[in-house]
Amino acid sequence: MVALDKSEVREGVDRETIETVKAMSGTYKYGWNTEIETEYAPKGVNEDIVRLISEKNGEPEWMTDWRLKAFRRWEQMEEPKWAMLNYPKIDYQDQYYYAKPKSMAEKPKSLDDVDPALLATYEKLGIPLKEQMILAGVEGAAETPAEGRRVAVDAVFDSVSVGTTFKEELKKAGVIFMSISEAIREHPELVKKYLGSVVPQSDNFFATLNSAVFSDGSFVYIPPGVRCPMELSTYFRINAENTGQFERTLIIADKGSYVSYLEGCTAPKRDVAQLHAAVVEIVILEDAEVKYSTVQNWFPGDAEGKGGIYNFVTKRADCREARAKVMWTQVETGSAITWKYPSCLLRGDDSQGEFYSIAIANNMQQADTGTKMTHLGKNTRSRIVSKGISAGKAQNTYRGLVSVHPKATGARNYTQCDSLLIGDKCGAHTVPYIEVKNNSSRVEHEATTSKVDDDQLFYCRSRGMDEEEAVALVVNGFCKEVLQALPMEFAMEAQSLVAISLEGSVG
Amino acid sequence: MALAQAKRAATEARLEGLSLPASGAWLAQARGAALARLSEMGLPGRRDEYWRWTDPTTLAAAEAPAAALFDDGGERPAFDKIDRVTLVFVDGVFDAAASDDPAAAEVEITRLAEAGAQDIHWAKDLYGALEARGQAPVARPFAALNTAIATDGVLIRATGKAAKPVSLVYRHASETSDAILHHCVKLEEGAELTLLESGPGAARFSTVLEVEVGDGAAFHHIRTQGRDHERRVAAHLFARLGAESRFKTFTLTANGVLTRNETVVELTGDDSVAHIAGAAMGDGGFHHDDTVFITHDAERCESRQVFKKVLMNGAEGIFQGKILVKPGAQKTDGYQISQSLLLDERSQFLAKPELEIYADDVQCSHGSTSGAIDETALYYLRSRGVPERAAQALLVQAFLAQTIEEIEDEALSEDIRTRLEAWLARRLG
Repeated sequence: MVALDKSEVREGVDRETIETVKAMSGTYKYGWNTEIETEYAPKGVNEDIVRLISEKNGEPEWMTDWRLKAFRRWEQMEEPKWAMLNYPKIDYQDQYYYAKPKSMAEKPKSLDDVDPALLATYEKLGIPLKEQMILAGVEGAAETPAEGRRVAVDAVFDSVSVGTTFKEELKKAGVIFMSISEAIREHPELVKKYLGSVVPQSDNFFATLNSAVFSDGSFVYIPPGVRCPMELSTYFRINAENTGQFERTLIIADKGSYVSYLEGCTAPKRDVAQLHAAVVEIVILEDAEVKYSTVQNWFPGDAEGKGGIYNFVTKRADCREARAKVMWTQVETGSAITWKYPSCLLRGDDSQGEFYSIAIANNMQQADTGTKMTHLGKNTRSRIVSKGISAGKAQNTYRGLVSVHPKATGARNYTQCDSLLIGDKCGAHTVPYIEVKNNSSRVEHEATTSKVDDDQLFYCRSRGMDEEEAVALVVNGFCKEVLQALPMEFAMEAQSLVAISLEGSVG
Repeated sequence: MALAQAKRAATEARLEGLSLPASGAWLAQARGAALARLSEMGLPGRRDEYWRWTDPTTLAAAEAPAAALFDDGGERPAFDKIDRVTLVFVDGVFDAAASDDPAAAEVEITRLAEAGAQDIHWAKDLYGALEARGQAPVARPFAALNTAIATDGVLIRATGKAAKPVSLVYRHASETSDAILHHCVKLEEGAELTLLESGPGAARFSTVLEVEVGDGAAFHHIRTQGRDHERRVAAHLFARLGAESRFKTFTLTANGVLTRNETVVELTGDDSVAHIAGAAMGDGGFHHDDTVFITHDAERCESRQVFKKVLMNGAEGIFQGKILVKPGAQKTDGYQISQSLLLDERSQFLAKPELEIYADDVQCSHGSTSGAIDETALYYLRSRGVPERAAQALLVQAFLAQTIEEIEDEALSEDIRTRLEAWLARRLG
């Protein structure tokens, strides 16, 4: 399926890995569902549900009040309509806002106590949660191509965090990595200080809903001067039916620290669309750096556009102090609807924001995604590289804002948005906003739209590739700049996903 | 809801006391339809996305804000060396004494005021028709208002090659004038016409120009918008292009407290070509907005947008340009560039270069840049003994040159170049 034999494989990637990736063919691979008893809160959302979620998480009063304030605000708000997305009206009262595996009624003390069905779920997803197995190299070795690379995982299943790996080892380094529900209990001072400081409660319709009903998510604190000893990751799995997932991630990189964070997500195939509205807040202090990589592979719905995840996500990084640096990398292949604009607030002088994105929309998928770069500090720099690929009857929109404020002298932005169309029934759109309010800043924007080059296809075909392989190879080449920005394991996964997502788009 | 109500109130306030000019049957019908469109959409307010960067308040106000008359110091008029047929409007009122005999152009020219009194006229299929088409997907309320209440303008029909360019000269004579002109141009198959427009027109000036370019026809349009600092303009150009036709428009804007130039072009015939270009230079209280919408609805068409702005002392430049490629408009070649040169820390450039594409076999690209004068180039010129301000002027000229190159006719491009150089000499000399 994937034209890996012919493509250049990076050094350090062994044959076995390639085979594994090659095996990832077929249509949506993660569409199975785990048979597990689930405990639901009543359907719909109201103040009682908000209180119930807060109570289930054992939250202090200030947190409950914070949620209620958001909920009251949300009731006043209207769903935004400006994106180039068409979907049936969402009935917010016809969803479950809280679903938890029954076996999680008592929070497991360690990973050994976690329900084997849950562990099996993650293993099947290629996310081994048992540290000893990872360490022994028994399981999941194929998924970790480079030896010795370990990734700590926080696994979120429907509304709750199932477990977090390598907690002890991270603790030694001073890194706090736990579910946000635990963090609210164990580190209220940090949560209180930073929660909502990047994405305020009333930021937008979906973020406000999230502020009211978020059930879990991940919390990361990297203390001053610490380089996080391993990559951190969160894996989101929606399993229950008619259930929305609302997770909240808060990452704080204190002065001079560094962390690379990965996020993955999948959901079972279902006929009915499901809602996902997440918020990710990142606070970056002086000289710190955060890399945030996402491979979004929610169920995209079937070829007729039935089912799939409606993905409304607010992600924002605040480079609060001088020389702070953030890099967003996203590979968006899943979801029926994507509404997502990971943004950078460049407040500190000399701070830097980067956004690398591949968005693939096939069949009936619709994606409206991009970024916002807000230059507030002096000599701030930003770079945007966006690659949009449309196939089938899909619509793919890049929407972005580069704003250079009058005081942000000496700022620099470079934006490149390329779109590729495969087939004459799809659409590719570019909607960039550029606001430059001083003259010492330099802003450049370039965009192109084209189809897969016939000459390149012909060349590949003449070398014996079938048409789908050839398209996959050309598309991978088109995305190369972004794929290179991903951590290696992700790059491999993303590369194969590119091919899988485009399956059936040719001929 | 509150917003819709506020809009309705503002629209009603604007229309209060206005009655549709008495017209013949064909025009009365077009005016009525335009008024209905306007009532439906309402006049824009600050919250409208399409007016994100330009405040429409003074354009929508019932009373036009006063604009002091401008003494250009005896500068020679635009296009004065061009052999042309001149039609003069003073504050929107036709000045027969100052105008040439229209017959010299060897095309059919009628004034709207005259044609509108008749019961039937060829313009009935054009007047307000392209404007109405241009209202979707984005509303252009000021154009609908214009169609409803414009009392004069020219209606031009060409069946062959025009003998001379037709030149519309707009003089501004009263500090409180509020002028509305509506022109229609119909080029039959294979016809050719050059239309020139010059002058500020009035304290507040609204123009709509509807151009139907027939198969194989060619339309050239050069416009300068006068140098009055306080004048306000809302200019709309709607064009529809037939097969193998050519359409070229260029606008030079120097000064003006508010300019909104909307250009809406629809390529409906295969193998047609549309070029839209503009150079704007502003100093101080200057707000200039180029809003362009190109629709490709035929195969193998080419569109090209080239816009450059030089901004100083807090001047504001806006560019909103969109290329829409409809399903089936294969082999489209769409290009767009918008650039600004900011000569000081207070000037601003705000841009939204948009692409919306529903056909796969296309080549579309856009670029947008903003920044100061290239220090290295400046240093090079200085090291060659060119004084700083002269070096600046030279680099600004070089920056704007690409837009002037879009003008095909050499005499016309020379005329524009001279005016641009004179402006620069006054500012940077």
